[in-house]
Amino acid sequence: MSLAHRIIPCLDTDGSRVVKGVHFEGLREAGDPVELAARYNAEGADELVVLDIAAARDNRPTFLETIRRVAEQLNIPLSAGGGIRSLDDARSVVRAGADKVTLNTAAVEHPELIGELSREFGAQAVVLAIDAKREVEHWQVRIKGGRVAANWNALEWAQRGVELGAGEILLTSVDRDGTQSGFDLALTAAISRAVSVPVIASGGAKLPQHFLEVFTAGAADAALAASIFHDQMQSIRELKSYLQSNGVEVRLPC
Amino acid sequence: MIATLIDYGAGNVTSVARALRRLGAEVRTTNQPEEITTATCLILPGVGHCAALLNSLDAHGLRGPLLTAISRGTPFLGICLGLQALYQSSAEAPELSGFGLLHGHVDQLPQKVKLPHMGWNQLRPLRDCRLLDGISSDAYFYFAHSYAAPAGGLATAATCEHGREFTAVLETAQIFGVQFHPEKSGAPGAKLLDNFLRLAA
Repeated sequence: MSLAHRIIPCLDTDGSRVVKGVHFEGLREAGDPVELAARYNAEGADELVVLDIAAARDNRPTFLETIRRVAEQLNIPLSAGGGIRSLDDARSVVRAGADKVTLNTAAVEHPELIGELSREFGAQAVVLAIDAKREVEHWQVRIKGGRVAANWNALEWAQRGVELGAGEILLTSVDRDGTQSGFDLALTAAISRAVSVPVIASGGAKLPQHFLEVFTAGAADAALAASIFHDQMQSIRELKSYLQSNGVEVRLPC
Repeated sequence: MIATLIDYGAGNVTSVARALRRLGAEVRTTNQPEEITTATCLILPGVGHCAALLNSLDAHGLRGPLLTAISRGTPFLGICLGLQALYQSSAEAPELSGFGLLHGHVDQLPQKVKLPHMGWNQLRPLRDCRLLDGISSDAYFYFAHSYAAPAGGLATAATCEHGREFTAVLETAQIFGVQFHPEKSGAPGAKLLDNFLRLAA
């Protein structure tokens, strides 16, 4: 008996439709968020993440409606984020049905926002999303959808974020994202060992072996993927059976 | 069956209400003392900081009516912080008093493990209990917390372990509590809520 490693499908949306891209660019449509949410809920996903990657201000009502409709489908936890810049933004996302709020660019620009959310909703509801890109001797934090380098070493930013009140880190490798060449194990292990909170690994998943590696060598607590689940290249149920047969504790739905 | 859901402003009230409605229950969410007094069964969801729950209950004058209803025998289910509030106090807000209906103090889980205890874990049943009736003993439930109630005590029906053993399910004649989130725990969570609604009917 111990805590199961989580498998988390991610729905990147433009507000209302699921989209996908490589290296944060070249978006194309990949389905209806409500249908996908219902499917993942039934297939044994441990949690669902919904992000508004367009995050345009005039688009907010549409995204909130998407969160409401997705939450209706779920009896598992839901994280939502993308474009959350204030406590009020976070409140509206929670009221729409999200259990956790994901912060990225706004947390780098206004680190005090992490603490404000943590005090209001509890640390377990604040997910710090970090997009990290490998440099020569460290990983650099990227913001604004991966386009802009921030003045933070990813490892130090993760530690600072936890001090400020984040209860979880969603760690995306900008180098691996969309490449399907496997998670960045060195990055994931470095961050996971440096912080006291759970780490969700993201970016590069394709094969069941990639998940096995990130839970063992990568020391991840959870792993996130998008297109391999959307395209039905990988069933969540089969992935979990594979992990269990390789000694990784997972929740096999009854 | 009308389930009265105490709405002190916690983030998970909507999810709990939705889960109960899926089971066919009529749900009334309230922060009015008189509606608590007249309820046929009471559910206190909770998530976040313990002080927010206790201060909000007191600000709305809900603590007295709630304790009176419980002492009269109204079935009560506390979820997450709603379970922790039943004890004497919590290290998360040591300056505030819990309900004191159960002996013991809520403490932080040991920092040798990752906190919050976040995700799906299994239970160790200590005895037969009505809340877990018909639920497989290896079922997983969703947890999201850093503080937890002690494992000992007659009310504890099942424990869980993360850094240390703690009370995951408690059950007396009419007081029930779960540290995990049944509203987010898939089919086993729905079954547990259904068990509560049936025994409260």
